[in-house]
Amino acid sequence: MSLLKAEDIAVHFGGVKAVDGVSFEVDEGEVFAIIGPNGAGKSTIFNLISRIYTMTRGKITFDGTDITRLPSHKVAPLGIARTFQNIELFDHSTVLQNLLMGRHTHRSTNFVEDILFLPKVRREEREHRKRVEEVIEFLELEAYRGKMIAGLPYGVRKVVEIGRALAMGPKLILLDEPASGLSVEESQEVAFWIEDMRRDMGLTVLMVEHDMKLVSAVADRVLAVNNGRPLALGTPAEVQSDPHVQAAYLGTPEEDAA
Amino acid sequence: MELLQLLFGGIANGCIYGLVALGFVLIYKASEGVNFAQGDMMMLGAFIALGLGNSDQLGLPFGLAVILAMVLMGGVGWGIERVVVRQIFGQPQFALVILTIALGFVLRFVAGSIWGYTPLVLETPFTGKNLQLGGIVLGVADLVTILVTAVLTIGLWAFFAFTRVGLAAQAASQNQMAAYIVGVPVMRVNGLIWGLSGAVATVAGVMYASKGAIDPNIGLLGIKAFAAAVIGGMGSLPGALLGGLLIGVVEPIAGRYAPGEFAAMAPYIIMLVVLVTKPSGLFSQMQAKKV
Repeated sequence: MSLLKAEDIAVHFGGVKAVDGVSFEVDEGEVFAIIGPNGAGKSTIFNLISRIYTMTRGKITFDGTDITRLPSHKVAPLGIARTFQNIELFDHSTVLQNLLMGRHTHRSTNFVEDILFLPKVRREEREHRKRVEEVIEFLELEAYRGKMIAGLPYGVRKVVEIGRALAMGPKLILLDEPASGLSVEESQEVAFWIEDMRRDMGLTVLMVEHDMKLVSAVADRVLAVNNGRPLALGTPAEVQSDPHVQAAYLGTPEEDAA
Repeated sequence: MELLQLLFGGIANGCIYGLVALGFVLIYKASEGVNFAQGDMMMLGAFIALGLGNSDQLGLPFGLAVILAMVLMGGVGWGIERVVVRQIFGQPQFALVILTIALGFVLRFVAGSIWGYTPLVLETPFTGKNLQLGGIVLGVADLVTILVTAVLTIGLWAFFAFTRVGLAAQAASQNQMAAYIVGVPVMRVNGLIWGLSGAVATVAGVMYASKGAIDPNIGLLGIKAFAAAVIGGMGSLPGALLGGLLIGVVEPIAGRYAPGEFAAMAPYIIMLVVLVTKPSGLFSQMQAKKV
């Protein structure tokens, strides 16, 4: 069954067609990757799903809900979490605080209950902390729990952002270039985590990635885009051997011959 | 003894600067800009309380008048965000500065056309009453000011540290994009913070008015409070309060012991010294969090 369905989505900024008629379906429990050269519109597709941009045309449905016109803060409660290519964390807070912020939409206590610190608040707080500790353990962030984000190395911040997304307890997680800027070992670790997210946590993963090794290792299906248009859709091997995809990355042989 | 007397008055005055400075910090956290109408919001809050509570006006009981004024000014703050500030979302910070300076003029005009420009006195249960303690005279209005400021600061701190909304506001002030992603309605939170700052400004205004007459130009005190907020580090609530106290205490002492008009310059001299030696303020967020 498809969890996320994008139908003919497009966004134009003035005359620039950043995304122009892309359709795809992500099945529940699937790892789905979007690849393409720089500026192909991959991250823009993510920004359409998280409603940071508004579509010029098309429709996105998540878990049976039409999210095409949803305000962006209402995307998270549906069960969609994401990371950013350039890492968007709460820089002046600790790792723990960032992860706890991921629990925001799961908090049900109100203002007065919070101030009075009622048993209900304490109970809920313990539950959130437990969920966050599970994420910390999974991503091996124990050593950084109380550290400020601003002082952390790039690789760790990337992991913290994945952690915040997981702490949200989503159905679908969007990973925007999870391996970019990481060492070979670190990106192997990311591959293991993605496997575990699907297998142990039952998550559906939609990722944008340049690293074809990572994509081949974890993705069930791949969508290649270029200039905002879809090029090919299939297994990693199929897409990699697609002549259109090869042309987009390497230039067309005909052009070279001419 | 004389120094103690000056110190006491200075702390009470400093609390008022601190309260207005808290308003600056609130808005700075929510809208990433400076609200130069903060002093004028204080002024308007004081006049609304006066309009509701004074016996020749609506004549409501003092406590009720103050609470109603806080609610009304909360609405004014929320409305300003909704109608004006939101329109310039995404514009350079400078736009907010110019906009709020203009807004200050508007608020002054509104107050002036309703209550006139001759100084008026807010009737409070404690105006003009004094206590004797040792050799010092403690104005009850001063004592109430200090008490109210302490309670309000602790309340705001608890709000930001413990409540769902307060945490959301902190998150939004650190990274709006990230806040949206975890499900924080950033715009609504910003509106709420503006409302909160209107209510805090009203408390500052009432405290100010309990010690003397008010006219539509008292909002210029906001400049001094701005200096306090800068000294404190702009992003820090306790920093704002301490910045206010520092200015409040230095003023009367400089007035007594230093020559001429030095007292009037003192707040800005302190601000300059702080900016030169610690450009991010005495209690900038970065440092406060390092501890």
